[in-house]
Amino acid sequence: MKIAVLSGKGGTGKTLVSVNLAAAAKASTYIDCDVEEPNGHLFFKPEKLVNETVAVKIPEVDNLLCNGCRKCIEFCKFNALAYIGDTLLVFEEVCHSCGGCALICPEKALREKEKAIGEIQRGVSGNVKVITGILNTGEASGIPIIKKLLDDMHEGNSKEDKKKNNESGKEFVFIDCPPGSACIVMESIKDVDYCILVAEPTLFGVHNLSMVHELVKLFGKPCGAVLNKCLDGENPAEKYCRENGINILCQIPYENEIGTMNSNALILARENDRYQALFRGLLDAVAKGGAP
Amino acid sequence: MKIAVPVDEKNMETTVCPSFGRSPFFLIYDTESKNATFIDNNAAASQGGSGIKAAQTIVDNQVSALLTPRCGENAAQVIQAANIKIYKTAGNSLQENIDAFMEGKLPVLNEIHPGFHGGRK
Ligand code: SF4
Ligand code: SF4
Repeated sequence: MKIAVLSGKGGTGKTLVSVNLAAAAKASTYIDCDVEEPNGHLFFKPEKLVNETVAVKIPEVDNLLCNGCRKCIEFCKFNALAYIGDTLLVFEEVCHSCGGCALICPEKALREKEKAIGEIQRGVSGNVKVITGILNTGEASGIPIIKKLLDDMHEGNSKEDKKKNNESGKEFVFIDCPPGSACIVMESIKDVDYCILVAEPTLFGVHNLSMVHELVKLFGKPCGAVLNKCLDGENPAEKYCRENGINILCQIPYENEIGTMNSNALILARENDRYQALFRGLLDAVAKGGAP
Repeated sequence: MKIAVPVDEKNMETTVCPSFGRSPFFLIYDTESKNATFIDNNAAASQGGSGIKAAQTIVDNQVSALLTPRCGENAAQVIQAANIKIYKTAGNSLQENIDAFMEGKLPVLNEIHPGFHGGRK
């Protein structure tokens, strides 16, 4: 079962929830798609790390062949090209690697070259396979990294693994999504079976929650909410869920102990039985909610 | 010499536009003949890379200086590759900024802000 964990902004407890769910499951894979700020590995401290570079194709101009017709510049809808003096400038960080300019150039002056934009790190932490996507700073888009990360997820569904999974019940894959609701988030959730929305009990939290909820509805994914940092008294996020028919999977209390463990990069479910029970309970709720 | 300024409207009484790439118009002004031309910024509505496209327009108009309150790093790279100097405007008034430039009172713009390359918004 593939489960995406989302939130409207960073810092709501999205990583806390996905890391702890992965730790509470018997065997699981944790994929960090928050490629601009991957934090999950700080908790898991995975071992046996293997790194793989992710590259995209970027145009490179041959000045001897280029006659300055500017057809490529007109074509590029990302405005990654400019023609100054007698040279074509390529803004690699702005380029989205669509490949169009090289096709359109009548002089065949553009070639594609490989450019590294980040990497994928694979490791193991106890019962959890930890896969982390890392985007180099300044790069335009983490989507190529996410695509590759999610290919891993499908590989995890190879025949052999499937058989194993059937025997052991079910293997869980948790996807720690980038915050927000931009296209990079859509890329992260499009193949999952279930979405967990993490929200804080404030009005601002409700706004963020409604944003991601819209997105999840758009994709027609079953979903449920985890309310984080809950205190006694009124909870606007809870109210929103009830009014909009979102199943509340669990409420994580606001406790100093959680804050302390979290800031020391400790995994609650591995440190403390009470928290382990909490996340096991959440896992069961998700498994039920996602069952067809 | 010819200079360029991002402006909000197509007249000399207008104000300097706070954004370079997203400015609706550019004034191309000849400091000798006092000839003013207003051109549309066809980059204003671009999804991304508006600074680069706007800078291309400025370069294609063969100006020697750009007067702007701010400029992103990609745009600055295009402008500087064409040997155009960038000066920092002060206050909103277009006319006052042109006057200040003529008197040599506008400083060279050296804080170039990093672009928002489709990152988190
Ligand atoms: S389309 Fe080809 S020949 Fe024309 S400006 Fe671009 S690179 Fe040069
Ligand atoms: S590959 Fe696409 S995005 Fe990149 S410069 Fe060429 S046309 Fe623009």
